[in-house]
Amino acid sequence: MHAFEYHRPSSLADASKLATKGADAKLLAGGQSLVQTMKLRLSAPSDLVDLNAIGELRGIKSDGKTVTIGAMTRHAEVASSADVKKAIPALAALASMIGDRQVRHQGTIGGSLANNDPAADYPAAVLGLGATVVTNKRRIEADKFFKGMFETALEGGEIITQVSFPVPKRAAYTKFKNPASRFAIVGVFVADTGSGVRVAVTGAGPSVFRQGDMEKALSARFDPASVASVKQKADGLNSDLHASAEYRAHLVTVMAKRAVEAAMK
Amino acid sequence: MATPLIGARVERKEDYRFLTGAGQYTDDVALPRQTYAVFVRSPHAHAKIKSIKKDEALKAPGVLAVYTGEDLAAAKVGGLPCGWLITGTDGQPMKEPPHPPLAQGKVRYVGDHVAVVIAESQSAARDAADLVQVDYEPLPAVVDASKATQKGAPVLHDIAPDNKCYTWALGDKAAVDAAFAKAAHVTKLDFINNRLIPNAIEPRAANATYSRADDSYTLYVASQNPHVERLLMTAFVLGLPEHKVRVVAPDVGGGFGSKIYLYAEDVAVTWASRQLGRPVKWTAERSESFVSDAHGRDHHTVAEMAMDRDGKFLAMRVHTTANLGAYLSTFATCIPTILYATLLAGQYTTPAIYCEVTAVFTNTAPVDAYRGAGRPEATYVVERLVETAARDMKLDPAEIRRRNFIRTFPYQTPVALMYDTGNYDATLDAAMKMADVAGFPKRKEEAAKRGKLRGLGYTCYIEACGIAPSNIAGALGARAGLFEAGEIRMHPTGSVTVFTGSHSHGQGHETTFAQVVADRLGLPIESVDIVHGDTSKVLFGMGTYGSRSIAVGGTAIVKALDKIVAKGKKIAAHLMEAAETDIEFDRGVFKVAGTDKQKTIGEVAFAAYVPHNYPLDKLEPGLNENAFYDPTNFTFPAGSYVCEVEIDPDTGVTKVVKFTAVDDFGKIINPMIVEGQVHGGLTQGIGQALTENCRYDPETGQLLSGSFTDYCIPRADDVPSYQLDTRETPCTHNPLGVKGCGEAGAIGAPAAVINAITDALGVRDLPMPATAETVWKVIRANRKAA
Repeated sequence: MHAFEYHRPSSLADASKLATKGADAKLLAGGQSLVQTMKLRLSAPSDLVDLNAIGELRGIKSDGKTVTIGAMTRHAEVASSADVKKAIPALAALASMIGDRQVRHQGTIGGSLANNDPAADYPAAVLGLGATVVTNKRRIEADKFFKGMFETALEGGEIITQVSFPVPKRAAYTKFKNPASRFAIVGVFVADTGSGVRVAVTGAGPSVFRQGDMEKALSARFDPASVASVKQKADGLNSDLHASAEYRAHLVTVMAKRAVEAAMK
Repeated sequence: MATPLIGARVERKEDYRFLTGAGQYTDDVALPRQTYAVFVRSPHAHAKIKSIKKDEALKAPGVLAVYTGEDLAAAKVGGLPCGWLITGTDGQPMKEPPHPPLAQGKVRYVGDHVAVVIAESQSAARDAADLVQVDYEPLPAVVDASKATQKGAPVLHDIAPDNKCYTWALGDKAAVDAAFAKAAHVTKLDFINNRLIPNAIEPRAANATYSRADDSYTLYVASQNPHVERLLMTAFVLGLPEHKVRVVAPDVGGGFGSKIYLYAEDVAVTWASRQLGRPVKWTAERSESFVSDAHGRDHHTVAEMAMDRDGKFLAMRVHTTANLGAYLSTFATCIPTILYATLLAGQYTTPAIYCEVTAVFTNTAPVDAYRGAGRPEATYVVERLVETAARDMKLDPAEIRRRNFIRTFPYQTPVALMYDTGNYDATLDAAMKMADVAGFPKRKEEAAKRGKLRGLGYTCYIEACGIAPSNIAGALGARAGLFEAGEIRMHPTGSVTVFTGSHSHGQGHETTFAQVVADRLGLPIESVDIVHGDTSKVLFGMGTYGSRSIAVGGTAIVKALDKIVAKGKKIAAHLMEAAETDIEFDRGVFKVAGTDKQKTIGEVAFAAYVPHNYPLDKLEPGLNENAFYDPTNFTFPAGSYVCEVEIDPDTGVTKVVKFTAVDDFGKIINPMIVEGQVHGGLTQGIGQALTENCRYDPETGQLLSGSFTDYCIPRADDVPSYQLDTRETPCTHNPLGVKGCGEAGAIGAPAAVINAITDALGVRDLPMPATAETVWKVIRANRKAA
């Protein structure tokens, strides 16, 4: 690990200022991706702005229509939250599948979204549920937040403060885990919002994406059989040591079908 | 006196310190004026080194020295030796290219050692390593052994222009060819035994210090055999007198073979400690372990079995290409030969076997012994062939095995080994019963209703442990002895310190060896401590590998115990004024036969050290004995494994739902520890079959599976709760009747898993590891064909 300046602001305003001050400052949330890349010397920030002392970034609120989760809320807190389990059980279930026990107690929802790892789980829930990402500057709709591999709409000094999830009629997330890393080789989040169906796919492509054909089929009839015959094109999907693009494409259909089955239970 | 300790489930004596953080590993050793080493490693699989500039690194804060291959050459530091000379079918010795600890002129794999930077802190050394400027001229690389022997392939070493280290053969080729000519059926398979990365939980580490007071060195190192490390390093590399070098392998966190060898880092830090006059420590980062620990397996094999009409095996023919990596690791050359081809008889009476092995250099990390070392590869060949032959012949796979089992012992195989004992029907019968093979069709039907494919596969493996004897091994090319040494030191007040040349790095020797000694001497186990891993304390040792510790190291201890008892009888006879021939010894008590006169071992020990009433004219005082033991033969553990899998045809995911292992390890000292060894071995074997795969980029030679996010070792939830049992045919040629158990699981499991998967899918073969995608592709191809 290279040397860096460490800051621990107690307010959002200070954090935002510090984030743009250093030559190459980075925000530290749960550190489950950033610290690893620093240890491998793949990343060498000049400054690390630790968000862990900012109390307003933590916590879960639910009013029956919306679940709002503070950016620094740990995966384990979401997984075990009675409010989340009641309003959006699929979201709690998704959080319980992230990484391993240590990661879930350290990693945060804001950190995961800002990093936008192509195989991360949370982006599927945010896009699948049509959530809103709230920052210290604005509100960003999920459809406009994820821009590409490790790329988001966030600008310099912009800090995610919370994520607001509309409560769906029914939803589910199924994940085909990479057996080594436990990241998603393919994860599919299906949500029946009441006014339509959204299907978000993570792991398969360079960034999370919506599967329009499946959304159409499920909006017409919310049934596993509706997606079973919808094929995902392999073009443009990830192909690596762990899974070829065609296998990932196949898994999108299988996972979507299983997600619908789970949502109907 | 006490209940027998041999055979008891004694809790591990060493676990208190391990579980409470009181273990002392090499990295825990902090010496005064400690310095730290970081190695500059090659980013290229194959490249010429045009120049190395140290200036920037030397100017960096805290840097004390930067050494390269040129510095070591100038100091006349030798290359790393190979411990086994293989003679080829052409009568020529194997090609033995130089293996400099730091590269000279050329690098040959990603991770090859180019320079070492030594600084006041680990981070200073690490920072400065980035400042060493190496000008490389990249060369084409080859990572696949089969491609390396083709015309026009990049050449690694000038002395091996075809990249072949040797072509070696075992068996009667003419007899095999004749048997194949008259066979009613031939079953043939062509497969890869996938390359594995060992991944001990403790990365390799070394910390060396030099004392100018007496011109001596001490090396702390994560090693499985400190004496061998010292022998190789002093005699072959550094040219130091052996008595001036102490090697300590303190607590070592696993090895699986990867810590048997003399590595470049150990040599470099030892040499540098004298240059600097300060201790030099190196601890591998996990990423370094992936690229630089010796890897395992990596065979390409074509194997054929000839049978008569009834499925009786007539002959076997095996051609293997073994990837040795870029340089010869310490025991690399004997793994795909001596420890592989000799195991190809398995549990069967196959009368003629011929095996030819071509060993090849490639631009990959050196390959050497990894848990099983040659024997898993052999078992995979035999047991995949046998199961496939049964299916070809429409015979039950258990039945074809029974038709060919060896039942008369001792049995001379056509591939050099002489099995002393075994009962293969007993383990197969027990395993089938325990696995409820009879109920399998019902389970398969029930799984089908849930949309799952269920399959069952067997392995009946044979293992050869405690490689021996030294003179025969020597004739076969071994450059070291294969005995073990032990010493029993009875203290005046009756407690015992045992010194053993075996090394425990997770196996639990401190408990099992103490059980043997305490049982024999009738002492509580708390009165017996085991000392190992320090050349200044232990008289000599060949270390731990090849499941040899209890069979060879344990026997050396028993031999020393025999001497203690023999001397004790003389002392007891004197104390009780009886004839020595009338003294009987049982569990710590010397008795005069036919009387009630007796002396305990404690009383005898006291008399030996306080010799007031003692036959000083005939007997030396003291009660301290040692023994060296060179076995007359290998031991031959064997067993039967039954694996049951369930496959999700939509995703290709295979779940091992049931795994039954019935092993014959001969006499068992501690069943709990044995079960632990079997659990670990099975899990590694299942890992090889399902998840583990070392992959290099075929063009660039970059290691693609160089981290735990890309190299998948199995987790607890990837394996079932194992069903274990044992059967016992005691080894006939060692006093404990023991055989060894450390590698069995890793040897037997892969074939059982693949046999189960091929059964479930109704296919002839599929490659390891049977990842979900691999299985899915097979299912898809099947559906297309149907």
